[in-house]
Amino acid sequence: MADQDRAIHVPPRPSPWNDPKIRAIIYQIVLIAGVVALGVFLVSNTLTNLEQRQIRTGYGFLDQEAGFFIGETLISYDAASSYGRAFLVGLLNTLKVSVIGVVLATILGTIIGIARLSQNWIVARLASAYVETLRNIPLLLQLFFWYAALTNLLPASDHAAEFGLNIFLSKEGLRYPWPVVEDAHIWALIALPFGIAGAVAFSRWARARQMKTGRQMPLLWPSLVIIVGVPLIVWLMGGAPSQFEIPEKTKFGHDGGAAVTPEFLALVLGLVTYTASFIAEIVRAGILAVSWGQSEAAAALGLRRGPTLRLVVLPQALRVIVPPMTSQFLNLTKNSSLAVAIGYPDLVSVANTTLNQTGQAIECISLIMAVYLTVSLSIAGAMNWYNRRIALVER
Amino acid sequence: MTMEEATTPQVERPPASVTGPWGWARANLFSTPWNTFLTLVSAAVLVWAVPPALDWLIFNAVWGHVKPEVCKQADGACWAFIAEKYRLILFGRYPFKEQWRPVLAVCLLIAMIVFSCNRRFWRVWLGAVWMAGLAVFGTLMWGGVLGLSPVETNLWGGLPLTLILAVVGVVVAFPLSIALALGRRSRMPIVRSFSVAYIELIRGVPLISLLFMASFMLPLFLPTGMKINALLRAQVAIIMFTAAYLAEVVRGGLQAIPKGQYEAAQALGLGYMQMMWKIILPQAIRAVIPPIVNTFIGMFKDTSLVAIVSLTDLLLATKQAISDPNWRAFFVEGYVFIAFIYFIFCFSMSKYSQHLEKTLRAGARR
Repeated sequence: MADQDRAIHVPPRPSPWNDPKIRAIIYQIVLIAGVVALGVFLVSNTLTNLEQRQIRTGYGFLDQEAGFFIGETLISYDAASSYGRAFLVGLLNTLKVSVIGVVLATILGTIIGIARLSQNWIVARLASAYVETLRNIPLLLQLFFWYAALTNLLPASDHAAEFGLNIFLSKEGLRYPWPVVEDAHIWALIALPFGIAGAVAFSRWARARQMKTGRQMPLLWPSLVIIVGVPLIVWLMGGAPSQFEIPEKTKFGHDGGAAVTPEFLALVLGLVTYTASFIAEIVRAGILAVSWGQSEAAAALGLRRGPTLRLVVLPQALRVIVPPMTSQFLNLTKNSSLAVAIGYPDLVSVANTTLNQTGQAIECISLIMAVYLTVSLSIAGAMNWYNRRIALVER
Repeated sequence: MTMEEATTPQVERPPASVTGPWGWARANLFSTPWNTFLTLVSAAVLVWAVPPALDWLIFNAVWGHVKPEVCKQADGACWAFIAEKYRLILFGRYPFKEQWRPVLAVCLLIAMIVFSCNRRFWRVWLGAVWMAGLAVFGTLMWGGVLGLSPVETNLWGGLPLTLILAVVGVVVAFPLSIALALGRRSRMPIVRSFSVAYIELIRGVPLISLLFMASFMLPLFLPTGMKINALLRAQVAIIMFTAAYLAEVVRGGLQAIPKGQYEAAQALGLGYMQMMWKIILPQAIRAVIPPIVNTFIGMFKDTSLVAIVSLTDLLLATKQAISDPNWRAFFVEGYVFIAFIYFIFCFSMSKYSQHLEKTLRAGARR
């Protein structure tokens, strides 16, 4: 009797092979063993194969002379520079395309997303036609198309099309005037962050004042004046050098000024127009997600259309927009690797050339992956921080 | 009848200015000055762009089989280029006399995709149908049996290559992605961290780096002397890539299942496998079918990247067609032609996904 009672209250311990905890440990040990075995198998195969092909492993080759030319560089580079330097050039080119692409795609995508919601029937139709066409055609095909179009259909460089202001477009790319860099320009550039910091401080002060007194300060114009004004004063103090280097007509086209290559143009054009079609959908969905009652409530409180959009609709829409927008920025950055197909010297192109010259496949590909992982994780981190800042704070 | 007439004596028709085409135009095109301005500007753009585009595409275009010199005289598109090269673009370097086989194989795949779109056929046997269909596809393409002459995979190209990369990619990646998604939500820390590491690693790098890895590093990973052909290598990269993205979609579905479903399954005494297989996964996957279709669209477009590692898919086949010096001037026609093919596939799939989103939600709506 007593035995039976105890049996009811204290269930017998399950046998070890039925105990979920022990099972979980066994499963995980098996998994680790499997992964380790696979790793050992692959590494040992790789080492034997490398030995047979007489390829030395390690990143030592990065110090060797690269011996290839790169058409577009942000830092000084020539064929005598090292492979490491070439990778750095490629990385900077990738970052350049990504930053410019992200900014332009956001602007274009937002305009098209809003146009899709327009009351105007034709504008809304045109915007949806744009979105449906661009996002249903592979990006690589679009890049090939833009590159072929820019290098075939544009006039030759000695007959470059001029857009006024000494801007020339031809098969060789785009040439435009550029200021002759002097110390004053560099000082002005250094002053820019101070201007931004000043604007932030001003907006904090204005907000604190509004909290205390209830009176609003105009924010936009004073901030802009501070951001632009501080570098401008520094530039004026430096003697206001304003000499421009203007592209000159030579026998073979134009020289001087600043130039971008057709590869860069095609890549930016393709990435921006393609990504904008996705961003447009995100912006549209974000705006639609804010319920109509919010706008009506704002109107009932007496807010005009501008403040309604700025203070009521946009902050709420941003919460919906930011997470998918982050993944679009990441996609654009990763898609910039398609540069290798049209010959823009980005990180992947440089790595590909290096790989073909040295045969260091593992090292080159691991470098590409490490760089993209770092970039992806940092963009994701930054956007997550921003997302947390604007997220709904619930009580 | 009389009551109604009494309560609603005379129904006044709305004024002409708010009904009919004129009313519609007033409401949608000319409601405000800004709106009117937009209408005029976009109408001007359309008038400027559409007639020349139509002239180029259709009215001034050169149709039929003609010499490239004839095309160079004309103002419009040179569809003669497509007429000359469509076999190369659609089927790559597949032996010319045997090209009825890829035609049949592509028709079979498309028929199976259309067949699977019907919700009535979403049963377990659909998997078996797909296995059989892929086997027939492989037999047709490879040959070597039933009196078909053998054709190596390095001769495959064009549309069948693009389709098979996408279809096999999703068919193989799907079970993998379910395992990864379950792993990521598992309570076992090591299983979870392996899944997270795999998914985040793959999603953090571009597909092209995986394709490079597959074509340059995979041969090093295998035992010496073991060869693996280029198509299979690219296919492995696409599967690895798709599995990571699909896993995140499936995880979204798993997260949408209320906890009560798990608890109810456990209360019924179901083990982990039974609970997942019978209760959780059917609901979770059903909830994410539209995003799965969207992932498939993305992957269909991404198969074009294999052109970079020299597989003659639709895109590279077109580039090869364009590289013919006689026809080099007509690259726009070539790109427009395959852009149209890609567009048809992707657009119809995205419309299907939107349709599914509506019908699948019908049950949940009250």
